[in-house]
Amino acid sequence: MIRFILLQNRQGKTRLAKYYVPLEDSEMHKVEYEVHRLVVNRDPKFTNFVEFRTHKIIYRRYAGLFFSMCVDITDNELAYLECIHLFVEILDHFFSNVCELDLVFNFHKVYLILDEFILAGELQETSKKAIIERMGELEKQE
Amino acid sequence: MAGGSSSSTASTPSLVDSLFQRSLDDLIKSLRSQLAGTEPVLLSRALAEIRREIRSSDPDTKAIALQKLTYLSSLYGLDASWAAFHALELLPSSSLLHKRLAYLAASLSFHPSTTDVIPLSTHQLRKDLSPSSPPHFSSLALHLLSLSASPDLARHLAPDLLPLLSPRSSPPSPLRPKAAAVALRALSLCPDVVPLLFKPLVDCLSSPDPRVVSAAVGAFAELASSGDPSPYLHLAPEFYRVLADSRSNWILIKLLKIFARLAPLEPRLAARLVDPLCDLLRRSSAQSLVFECVRTVFSGLPDHDRAVRLAVDKVREFLASADDPNLRYLGLRALSMLGPPHSWAVEESREAVTRSLADPDPNIRREALRLIMGMVFDSNVFEISILLVNYALKSDPIFANDILDAVLTTCGRNVYELIVDFDWYVSLLGEMARNPHCTRGEEIERQLVDIGLRVRDARPELVRVARDLLIDPALLGNPFLCRILSAAAWVSGEYVEFSRKPLELVEALLQPRTSLLPPLVRAVYIQAVFKVIVFCFNTYIDQLEISQLSSLGNSTTGGASSVIESKSAAAASCIADGITGIESNDGIATGDKPASLFSSMENKDPFTYESLTKMLILIETAVDLLAENDEVEVQERARNVLGLIHMLREVPTWKTEEQGFIKDNRIGEIVNLLQSMFSEELGPVSVNAQKRVPVPEGLVLEENLANLAWTLAEDDTAPSMSISFSLRSHQHGETKDDAVSSVQSTSLLAEHRKRHGLYYLPAEKDETESNDYPRANDPLLPASQGDASEDLVRLTDQSMIPRKVKHSKPRPVVIKLDEGDAVLTSPLTAVKESKDDLLSGAIHDVLLGKEGKPSSSQKRYLDKSSQRRVKDVSDNGESISLSKENLDLGDKEHRSSGSRRSKHRSHGKERHRSPQKNEEKEEKNHRNSTRSSHHHERHKHRQRGEALLNVAPQAPVIQDFLL
Repeated sequence: MIRFILLQNRQGKTRLAKYYVPLEDSEMHKVEYEVHRLVVNRDPKFTNFVEFRTHKIIYRRYAGLFFSMCVDITDNELAYLECIHLFVEILDHFFSNVCELDLVFNFHKVYLILDEFILAGELQETSKKAIIERMGELEKQE
Repeated sequence: MAGGSSSSTASTPSLVDSLFQRSLDDLIKSLRSQLAGTEPVLLSRALAEIRREIRSSDPDTKAIALQKLTYLSSLYGLDASWAAFHALELLPSSSLLHKRLAYLAASLSFHPSTTDVIPLSTHQLRKDLSPSSPPHFSSLALHLLSLSASPDLARHLAPDLLPLLSPRSSPPSPLRPKAAAVALRALSLCPDVVPLLFKPLVDCLSSPDPRVVSAAVGAFAELASSGDPSPYLHLAPEFYRVLADSRSNWILIKLLKIFARLAPLEPRLAARLVDPLCDLLRRSSAQSLVFECVRTVFSGLPDHDRAVRLAVDKVREFLASADDPNLRYLGLRALSMLGPPHSWAVEESREAVTRSLADPDPNIRREALRLIMGMVFDSNVFEISILLVNYALKSDPIFANDILDAVLTTCGRNVYELIVDFDWYVSLLGEMARNPHCTRGEEIERQLVDIGLRVRDARPELVRVARDLLIDPALLGNPFLCRILSAAAWVSGEYVEFSRKPLELVEALLQPRTSLLPPLVRAVYIQAVFKVIVFCFNTYIDQLEISQLSSLGNSTTGGASSVIESKSAAAASCIADGITGIESNDGIATGDKPASLFSSMENKDPFTYESLTKMLILIETAVDLLAENDEVEVQERARNVLGLIHMLREVPTWKTEEQGFIKDNRIGEIVNLLQSMFSEELGPVSVNAQKRVPVPEGLVLEENLANLAWTLAEDDTAPSMSISFSLRSHQHGETKDDAVSSVQSTSLLAEHRKRHGLYYLPAEKDETESNDYPRANDPLLPASQGDASEDLVRLTDQSMIPRKVKHSKPRPVVIKLDEGDAVLTSPLTAVKESKDDLLSGAIHDVLLGKEGKPSSSQKRYLDKSSQRRVKDVSDNGESISLSKENLDLGDKEHRSSGSRRSKHRSHGKERHRSPQKNEEKEEKNHRNSTRSSHHHERHKHRQRGEALLNVAPQAPVIQDFLL
């Protein structure tokens, strides 16, 4: 299962953090710091996977933003890599050409999208279309 | 959206706040436009503002305050736990927006173990979960439940998940997949709810909606991979059906994960999986799915050659993909899953694997290393280790240490089971120590000492390697090597009888740069010196006795004794010189005379009167300085050595001729006494040795120590290590010591170097840098100068397939102790396992309770008394029709007993009358007996009535329908 998802910029500022396992606050900061340090200096030609404690981080960089997912050691790396890409595509569609600023100003919407996408550490929906439709419904109701 | 500030409520104390409340956008803008360094001020101001606003009775104001707090806590890491109650206040709001904000705040800030208001949310969650509330509300509640549920909350709300999970609610709830995911969380938090939730979760597998199936499969994959997979074997037909039907890669990947866990338990299942897996391997274009197939084949079906062959081909494609490091990495990972029986697969990709050692990505390098080390056998350990250790010289420090680690672990595995030629291995250890990047001193230290203790035949070579390490002054300054040097010193002292030149050894042990070593290591050095003295004297006296005997026995060879006579005369004068030398030179033995003495002696027998005298002088000179050392260990050992020397000197015969040694045997006695102290051979100590010592009756081991915990907590600034027993103040002693040693170090170091012709940095540099350490060795080693890739190519020549080789010499005896019981399990993992057991046990119970008894067949699954079940299963029956013909046969055999037992089950209380039968059954099912006994135990503790139904022995994991 997915243990947590982090969106961080190159400076290490967290733009989104969602933990699917309960962690203490101090532990979260430590994790965010460590994950950033792990991924930020990796060459683009390197693999998108890094071992992290007893788990592994699947990450991918989009412009200045790192999308990192911590998953179990037996989980399928490529599938989660696709998963990250799908999430970015959804964000991109929703904010039309998403940039870091969109995420900053609409952080609760990003959480909403994420919640449609992943629940309890399990992928809920693999169809981009379905999520976008559902987000549309929610927008209407507000 | 968030922008609107409220004006709705009438005058409240916070009206001003409400009117002029900053929206989240305002807050973000102000934070972004801040000047450098003002962020903490802005944050604390914003926080104060939020604290005020959040108490407002106006829900809009409260909601916006909460939103701002959520933003700050999730992105700036501010503590939001204090606002848990305010989030709770907003949960019942009827506005979707407010509700959503409240749920978001709650899900980000509630912590199952520390937030004490969580139980207060039970009612509201129940209300939002109910089928009558809008799906959006339920969805929010499900999210909160999945993130912040405590075991209690999970237990209380599990019944409320049922309507959402159930396929019978019409139309089926759109939230069914979400409910399935949350049900999984509830199951793992609180195994008590298994009887309630497990069955609906199973039903989800047969839903027509792929999202529901996906969620359920995901849940089972998680359950099967986190605990004991055997209970889910009963669901194998269901999974198999989904595997055949589903087209979603995601579902297939998760299914394969389940099968990878189940296949090793049931060979017939594995056999049935070969076809679909091969099909997927050939057909699928999705790399993720292909990789999952490969992984499943390698871990679950390693005996099915057809599938393995196909998978290995895919792996080779992965390894060959030049542009995608991910695939190369995964290819390596997949290969490392294959065990030694399939080393041919690695053999086939040998070139790609070894090339990966030079990959730019450290992950790939490490994986390649792991793979190569997995392929090491006693036949090739020699070649591979040497090449890797040489390669480590050229790679970056981190990877170099990875390599050293891997070689050390592999070679040291299971008491050096791979090593045949210990002489070679010991010298390899010496080489590793000289790697400039080496930081693995501790492990090398351990192995050096360990081999010394365990392998008698390796000791001469061990002493030689230790000598080379000790004599090199450059190594002394490297803090990573001091542990190795400590081992080398210990080895040379303990096995000094194998030392070719004990005098040289003493010199090395006392060389000036040893002042750079940590005190504990120095203590080992001095103790080694002590052992060398004792050994030398002992040997000398033995020699004398022998020559005496021979001269007595055969007086015609008077020549021998006359040689001794003349030698002793010369020696006497030397001693006199030496002793006056000490006195006049203020303890510093320098000058050409000792050096020339040495050079003359080295050609002769090592133990002569002169050489011993010279040695004593040398030792006394060097150790004298340490007698006042601040460190108690060093001081004590130094005084021991000095005490011994004084004692030897006191003996009057010392100054007379050699015959005196024999006549007045006091020196002989002293030396014999000490020799007997060291002569007993030290052996390895069993890991469990301590445990085997019975605690004497009446001895209280721990009780009084409990008080210590308090004392230590009080004063943890002074750990015992730093307590100084010295009379002088630290500072003072330090400077004095340094001054003395630096005066000496330059002259003695120069001498030491000159004598051993080792390693000389430019002379002028020598004088200045006494304390910063030079590199452990020159990076350019003559033998290993080939290009990195060249070496790697050579590695590819080495076969990775184990082959029988005839060893030129037999493997020496390696002493092993307590084989098998050395493995200690940490209490932590034990606790975790027990929890997993609880869950899988509960699932076992549910599956067996509902599906029948030992050797339960699908039919009995159909025979279930529960009516609901019968209805469901009729669908299932169709779905598994592909294997149905097979199962009928098995069914007939079991039908009668099955129905009889199901009767028992329906009258729970009668169950007690069939223990006899249960016992028989248990005997039949040998392989399950242990596990079922565990179950018995667990049941005792469980209060639930329904669980008690399952005291009957467990079903053997045989699925007739898979035949």
